[in-house]
Amino acid sequence: MSFVQALGAGVLRWLAAFGHASLFFKDLLVHGLQAVRRPDLVIHQIHAIGNRSLVIILSSGLAVGFVLALQMYYALVPYGATESLGLIVNLSLVRELGPVVAALLFAGRAGTSLTAEIGLMKAGEQLSAMEMMAVDPRSRVLAPRFLAGVISMPLLAVLFSAVGILGAWAVAVGLIGLDPGNFWSLMQDRVDVWRDVGNGVVKSAVFGVICTGVALYQGHETQATPEGVAYATTRTVVVSSLAVLSMDFVLTALMFSTP
Amino acid sequence: MMSKKSIEIGVGLFVLLGLAGLLFLSLKAANLASFGQRSGYVVTAPFDNIGGLKVRAPVRSAGVTVGRVTGITLDPQTFRGVVTLEINESVKFPKDSSAKILTAGLLGDQYIGLEPGAEERNLQAGDVIASTQSAVVLENLIGQFLFNKAADGGDKK
Amino acid sequence: MNDPALIEIDRVSFGYDASRLILSDISLRFPRGKVTAILGGSGCGKTTLLRLIGGIHGATAGRVVFDGEVVNARNRDQLMRLRRRMGMLYQFGALFTDLSVFDNVAFPLREHSGLPEALIRDIVLMKLNAVGLRGAAGLKIAEVSGGMARRVALARAIALDPELIMYDEPFAGLDLISMGVAAQLIRRLNDITGATSLVVSHDVPECMAISDHVVLLANGGRIVAQGTPAELMGSNDPEVRQFVRGEPDGPVKFHFPAPSLAQDFGVRA
Repeated sequence: MSFVQALGAGVLRWLAAFGHASLFFKDLLVHGLQAVRRPDLVIHQIHAIGNRSLVIILSSGLAVGFVLALQMYYALVPYGATESLGLIVNLSLVRELGPVVAALLFAGRAGTSLTAEIGLMKAGEQLSAMEMMAVDPRSRVLAPRFLAGVISMPLLAVLFSAVGILGAWAVAVGLIGLDPGNFWSLMQDRVDVWRDVGNGVVKSAVFGVICTGVALYQGHETQATPEGVAYATTRTVVVSSLAVLSMDFVLTALMFSTP
Repeated sequence: MMSKKSIEIGVGLFVLLGLAGLLFLSLKAANLASFGQRSGYVVTAPFDNIGGLKVRAPVRSAGVTVGRVTGITLDPQTFRGVVTLEINESVKFPKDSSAKILTAGLLGDQYIGLEPGAEERNLQAGDVIASTQSAVVLENLIGQFLFNKAADGGDKK
Repeated sequence: MNDPALIEIDRVSFGYDASRLILSDISLRFPRGKVTAILGGSGCGKTTLLRLIGGIHGATAGRVVFDGEVVNARNRDQLMRLRRRMGMLYQFGALFTDLSVFDNVAFPLREHSGLPEALIRDIVLMKLNAVGLRGAAGLKIAEVSGGMARRVALARAIALDPELIMYDEPFAGLDLISMGVAAQLIRRLNDITGATSLVVSHDVPECMAISDHVVLLANGGRIVAQGTPAELMGSNDPEVRQFVRGEPDGPVKFHFPAPSLAQDFGVRA
């Protein structure tokens, strides 16, 4: 095949794959919304995805809060602006670190678990068997997991930020000895519920869609072999992380650029 | 494999925890608490130069926050910057009050400072604050300083 | 419709990718209420036939007809409707690993029958009893052996009393006892429920023992022979003889196509 033919074939293949992925996402969205009709399934998945991620999210949030407080303190000392520590930590967490880091952790913990689970179900022909029993695996297996992921992600991001702020407070007031009044009051004055907290929640919802969608897609498309499943889980983490970071840039630019 | 009941309880707790976190962030760590005081009356104030004033900057009188800046536009006729302020219902200012654009601290954000006048009638919704003082623009200050310096030098000769 | 054939394969061609056709212009009829065995070597299209009947794939050419209706793999609603009348037993069971034995068998009932839990419980236990596993209802799938798993899968496949039961390699990898059990179950279920059974297998003795009708396929989906077990066992066709007797060399060659010995080893043959 000549180079041009090969290039053309490659482009067509890529287009087909892109179309396939888009159709899959469309199915996820459509069936995901309908999954509210099976709350028992969704609840079970929220437990598997959300509750089980709590430990890592909370501990990471605390750790990030500690470190952020220390670092920002040292950065602010030369300007004599250490009273703004609370405000800076809050904004960093609520606008950026909360949604993004929680999403990355989610991709690593819950995303890989979803990919492996779906991949193994596919390998064991469980999805095919379900189809033959006239039950659509998209609505029975994929959709509840998707909805659960989209619901859990914002909750986890919020908890990450909240715990981070508390951790920062412990370091700032407890360890360093800053004035607690300033720590909270500047925050309360300058952090806006809708613009900062609200946009952060919107971001994490978008990330939830991305991470859960990618995880389910990789699991669904994996080759039914051990290597296939292993490869798919690593791809979930890589693709989710890249997508989250890129979308973060886009969303930040949209939400936070001064008019 | 946990029983169905304990799973449901677990998920319920998780969601509650998340909502509590959201509440904490909104109330304790942001300005939702002061959100309720959004009922206010809207007045405008034209400035020659609004400097670095931003929308949602506070409006303060004697240092106490009494409202927020809700909009900044350019008047196409007078080419002055028109700032829209929303002041708390509970705080009334006389019609001849003045508005200045001040800076919080040396390098801080800019805000509107209101100084009460002496008239008996109060500002109503839709009124215009006539007496305004623009922001201090650093470049103009430096230019002024140099001009004065040059003038002094010229006088001495 | 009371066509004596429940399923008709009418000049069907199919390949997973366009360049290689697994089935080529094949026509078959599967009689209602009987056990039909589909025999053949690996890769001759036996499992593919089952998938086409179940609508998992769509034929590239020809029609697949189930009880008078043409199976359209693109029409999800029709597929869902037809599949409720079919039961499929996968080679390794394809049980839902996150559910217990009981929940696996109850799955189709809970999804489709709309019956109350108490009634479902009774039906599940009856189905498990039919396969001899009523006592195992509380076990998790991980605790169940291979042969037992297949029986659970069979109980699940017949949960809704389907008209058509398809078995994909039901005897593969089983010990003699389990094989005997499986063969017996297939035959008895077919007779008691009046269903039609299709058994895809390469296990000649078991299939011959329980089938009413046998179809032997070769590579490319070519029908080598069909008829009663007695007819095939007594056939003089070399291909049929090689298969039913398990002879290592015959019309199906022992050696995979290779260059001559002289070429590979540099010796004179």
